[in-house]
Amino acid sequence: MIDIIQLVIIGIIVGSIVGLGAMGLTLSYGVMKFANFAHGDSMALGMFLAFIVVGDLGWAGGNIGRLSFGWGMIPAIALAMAGVAMLNVGADLTIYRRLRSRGAGIIAMAIASLGLGIMVRAVVQMIWGSAPQRYATGINPALTLPGDLKVKPDQFFIVGLTLVVAFGLYLLLYRTQLGKAMRATSDNPELAEIAGIDTQRIRLSTWAISGALTALAGVMLAIQAQLRFNAGFEFLLPLFAATILGGIGNPWGALLGGLIVGVTQEVSTEWIDPGLKPGVPFVLLILILLVRPRGIFGSSV
Amino acid sequence: MNPILEAPTLITWVGSVNWTVGFLTTVGIFAIVALALNLQWGYTGVFNFGVVAFFMVGAYTSSLLTLEPASEFEDYAFGLEWPIPVGWAAGALAAGVLALLVGLPTLRLRRDFLAIATIGVATILRSVVNSTEGLANRGAGLNGIPRFLDGLADGADYRWVMLGIVLVMLAFSYLVLQAATASPWGRVLRGIRDNEDTAMAAGKHTTVFRMQSFVLGGMMMGLAGAIFAHRQGAISPTGFSDLFGTFLVWTMLIVGGSGNNRGAVLGALAVGFFWFGTPLIQEDLPDFLGTRVFQLRELAIGALIIIFLLLRPGGLLEEQPRVSRFVPKPGRRPAVATAGHEEGGP
Repeated sequence: MIDIIQLVIIGIIVGSIVGLGAMGLTLSYGVMKFANFAHGDSMALGMFLAFIVVGDLGWAGGNIGRLSFGWGMIPAIALAMAGVAMLNVGADLTIYRRLRSRGAGIIAMAIASLGLGIMVRAVVQMIWGSAPQRYATGINPALTLPGDLKVKPDQFFIVGLTLVVAFGLYLLLYRTQLGKAMRATSDNPELAEIAGIDTQRIRLSTWAISGALTALAGVMLAIQAQLRFNAGFEFLLPLFAATILGGIGNPWGALLGGLIVGVTQEVSTEWIDPGLKPGVPFVLLILILLVRPRGIFGSSV
Repeated sequence: MNPILEAPTLITWVGSVNWTVGFLTTVGIFAIVALALNLQWGYTGVFNFGVVAFFMVGAYTSSLLTLEPASEFEDYAFGLEWPIPVGWAAGALAAGVLALLVGLPTLRLRRDFLAIATIGVATILRSVVNSTEGLANRGAGLNGIPRFLDGLADGADYRWVMLGIVLVMLAFSYLVLQAATASPWGRVLRGIRDNEDTAMAAGKHTTVFRMQSFVLGGMMMGLAGAIFAHRQGAISPTGFSDLFGTFLVWTMLIVGGSGNNRGAVLGALAVGFFWFGTPLIQEDLPDFLGTRVFQLRELAIGALIIIFLLLRPGGLLEEQPRVSRFVPKPGRRPAVATAGHEEGGP
């Protein structure tokens, strides 16, 4: 029983990272209407942009409390978020907008995003190499909770940050003019345009927010596991599973979908070979497509 | 990836000939895969991002059926020593079954769901091979996969036999697809690609047609994978990466011209020459570039996809907008044109 609870805890941590990434993916999927296959590689770019500050420049900034990283992580995350947001906005201005104005379908844009993902991955590998890296050396000793459950301080941070970000996203989408316009564009772009919303500006804002969330998810993934140039690409399947599970365009659905994917994946290792873990999000994806292709909470696409 | 293509002795005449023969053999196999993807994507608009999965299933199925029984140092199933052509047929069949299984839950849904699902299939196949005991020797891979028509030539001369086999199979695939896509069946596929609602209104069961195209294309990918395995002689899960087995083929098709079988073959040749040729000039490049040549060619593959989508969406050889050989060429009858599908459908 204790084993299962421990696996559920790990699942919640992994699921938070999946959810964080899926919230960014679902925002752009909802507004742009196409599946962004560069999302995983953008996560990898984010984790390495943060590495510039804490690794390449060496501004680790000691340790915050019992976390494995220091105050240097704050400018590092800011750089990662800004960098990936700029990549997304730049891609829209140079690629997606031109395809859109030519009337190209969502599939052409999805293929273009794949090309962009391949390019990003190649650049990351070219600059930082193929060997796995970490933000901080040494171990992050786990805290022992009642019942001999083990959780690292870093992992508390990951789950806490995910909740804070989800709440912030809620405020943005439901308490600001921009959020309202984003939801309107996601529901019906033509109608939004008739209502006087500058949909191109909304698209750019959505790309920027999605990029910031992507980068954050990438940094969290690197804190939980390690930095690898193809870590993001390999994360695509759980991200898409969570996005479709929660209903495309629905951030809360994406977060919940991420938690479902994370917990199922980890708990499954109690019965199946851990090597088969990557298959679990796929099985969930096929199940939801068979039963409820619009996701648990419905989709705006 | 390919022992023959890595030979750095291009300066000699024999070296150049050997490289060219090896190159054409590899590209011939890729051309079959590009033709298969052209049937799925170029003609039907079926969005398959897991090409390598079907290729891999064909390769492993044929190898396991034709290999000798596993020795005490190996750990794989079957090893039935079946004749190689039977292994190839079984490889194609197994890939077709995989296409059917993946298509059933996804083909009736949004087109991009198939892409998301198929990208997962490849990941799972690799992890299944890597972690299942007694299936396919896990990460160590399969070795000593027998050659087809081994008796015709010995030693280094066998490469000519292999090239001949691949060219015959390529010609066969090309003729089958040309006939299929020019038939009324092919016309329905293009109709579904360009406007699924109209095709439905015309009484066509579009999901069934898409499934037929997906399964037939999958079988051809499986066949190509089987040929590939017997040509390499050794396969392992790491050799079937998404970039090599899926995205390289997509680039070939987009560059060559989707919806045009000749374009698919031309794209395989052009992109293949770039992909397999760049390592040859590695030593002539300045150090900064030379050490990064493998990442640079990946970067170029991604850039090629985007550049062609933006500037030449029809590819090098654009699709001929012809409805049927009984209808005059569209130059004289502009009303027949089926423009607007260049992006590959809605």
